[in-house]
Amino acid sequence: MGEKVLMKGNEAIGEAAIQAGCRYYFGYPITPQSELTAYMAKRLLKMEDASFVQAESEIAAINMVYGAAATGVRSMTSSSSPGISLKQEGISYIACAELPCVIVNMQRGGPGLGSIQPGQADYFQATKGGGHGDYHLIVFAPSSVQELVDLTMDAFELADKYKNPAMILGDGLIGQMMESVEFKKRKENDLPSKEGWALTGCKGRDKHIIVPFSLDPYEMEGINLKIKAKYDSIKENEVKYEAVNIENADLIVVAYGTVARIVKTVISNAKKEGINVGLIRPITLFPFPEKIIAKASEKINKIFVVEMSMGQMVEDVKLAVNGKAKVDFYGRMGGVIPTQSEILTEIKKCLK
Amino acid sequence: MKKVFGKPRSLTKDPFTYCPGCHHGIAHRLIAEVLDEFGVRERAIGVAPVGCSVFAYMFFDCDMICAAHGRAPAVATGMKKAKKDSIVFTYQGDGDLASIGTAEIVHTANRGENITVIFINNAIYGMTGGQMAPTTLVGQVTQTSPYGRDPKTMGYPIKVAEMLSTLNGVSYISRVALTKPAYIIKAKKAIRKAFQTQIEGKGFSLVEILSTCPTNWGLSPVEANKWLEENMIPYYPLGEFKNPEEVS
Repeated sequence: MGEKVLMKGNEAIGEAAIQAGCRYYFGYPITPQSELTAYMAKRLLKMEDASFVQAESEIAAINMVYGAAATGVRSMTSSSSPGISLKQEGISYIACAELPCVIVNMQRGGPGLGSIQPGQADYFQATKGGGHGDYHLIVFAPSSVQELVDLTMDAFELADKYKNPAMILGDGLIGQMMESVEFKKRKENDLPSKEGWALTGCKGRDKHIIVPFSLDPYEMEGINLKIKAKYDSIKENEVKYEAVNIENADLIVVAYGTVARIVKTVISNAKKEGINVGLIRPITLFPFPEKIIAKASEKINKIFVVEMSMGQMVEDVKLAVNGKAKVDFYGRMGGVIPTQSEILTEIKKCLK
Repeated sequence: MKKVFGKPRSLTKDPFTYCPGCHHGIAHRLIAEVLDEFGVRERAIGVAPVGCSVFAYMFFDCDMICAAHGRAPAVATGMKKAKKDSIVFTYQGDGDLASIGTAEIVHTANRGENITVIFINNAIYGMTGGQMAPTTLVGQVTQTSPYGRDPKTMGYPIKVAEMLSTLNGVSYISRVALTKPAYIIKAKKAIRKAFQTQIEGKGFSLVEILSTCPTNWGLSPVEANKWLEENMIPYYPLGEFKNPEEVS
């Protein structure tokens, strides 16, 4: 057991990344994640064989990550919604080039410049690719500062394991909130060697090339098939979710991140009123926990999705439910956080 | 029989895919010769751009990566930070470096990143079929300046070497041409100095190479060389714009 420390979410991610062996961070200031950039500057600039660059733009930052990741080191960038949009070109290249890295999105209300309060409206962007072409990130949705720490460490490992960018999809609330956290000592996992592809200079071997394109469409389709096989394997092996009170519930809510936190309190409030509510909380958004949702929908009439968006994850829930139960949705947008009483009122409407 | 001339070790056996009379081949060879002469091929990592020279990854026999359009200096920054003992160079055209990648080149130069940039200025977009570049000369006809570049609406050609040499972070900047042997010898010297600047850890170096694009200029290779000398050199003067005293 490690020591418990009180930390702000954004700073906790930084510490988790450093403890996971990330020594190369490239970022650009944006609210509400700037503490992470500042934390990395404070730590990495004092370390040997480490680097922190405040890039000229989000675009440059993700391309610095592309360059660093190509040499085989663990590297990271972070931003919030509008900045993540700017990174999409680079993320598409990194996914195509099959390089591991971690990207943090502490979401804020959108669209456009949006607001600086928490949001969940980047779900489509995070889970469906985000940039051009067919690709996926491995997407984690933490709902506490402790989970930010644990999932950041998972993200680096899975990125290496699958040679794929991984994203921490948090929001401004989790990033700004302080909670006590523990940096647990993790067991060493066997991860694939990077020697066969990393750009380290060709001494004693043939040259390595990292080429995210082909002018031959059949060859390019081959690249697509290769990464698709990887995504199939990720879907098979890396799904994470939390299920609360789903057996014998009158209604099952599906929610992630900050909203799931609120729903947990709503569940105990509902219980006092004799309403039995369950929760399925996806911890990975890609891969999406579709099997548990499909299973749950066989035994229940209605699934209720709550998001801080116009309705994005609800589409994946509907695909998983596949018509076997009704799916209702409630969302707040633009940085507005739904209250407990508001969600309970909506739950009661669902049950009418 | 004594071998008196051959391909540099730092080039692969792949034949160049460039058009007849295009200067990419000469520029590639000069870089490869310099990598050979400094004995740094096995430490070198090259960044290919988007444009005709996207295929540079095939031609240099060292570790290579392809960057998104304009982003090569940012990619190079990340690589050099993570692998400090490597020799990192980018190879970029004028659309890549002077248009879509202006933010990256300016800030990489300003941070004084210890990398070498080879900037090919042929005053036109080659790969996409001859559109106006930021370096297209006033009055020059291209697909997107069909009546000639009008500075009133299209601005003036950007002088990259001069612009970047105003930055304190920059160590070495030179502009060269490849239209005749005397120029090629000078170009080789400039590329040597640029790489030497990096090898000695002195910071950012850039060589702007004035180049031809006979295909999109609609000229024969010989006419293209003449056009470059008569039109480009007067606007883009050759020479060194910045040189650390110690590098000679």
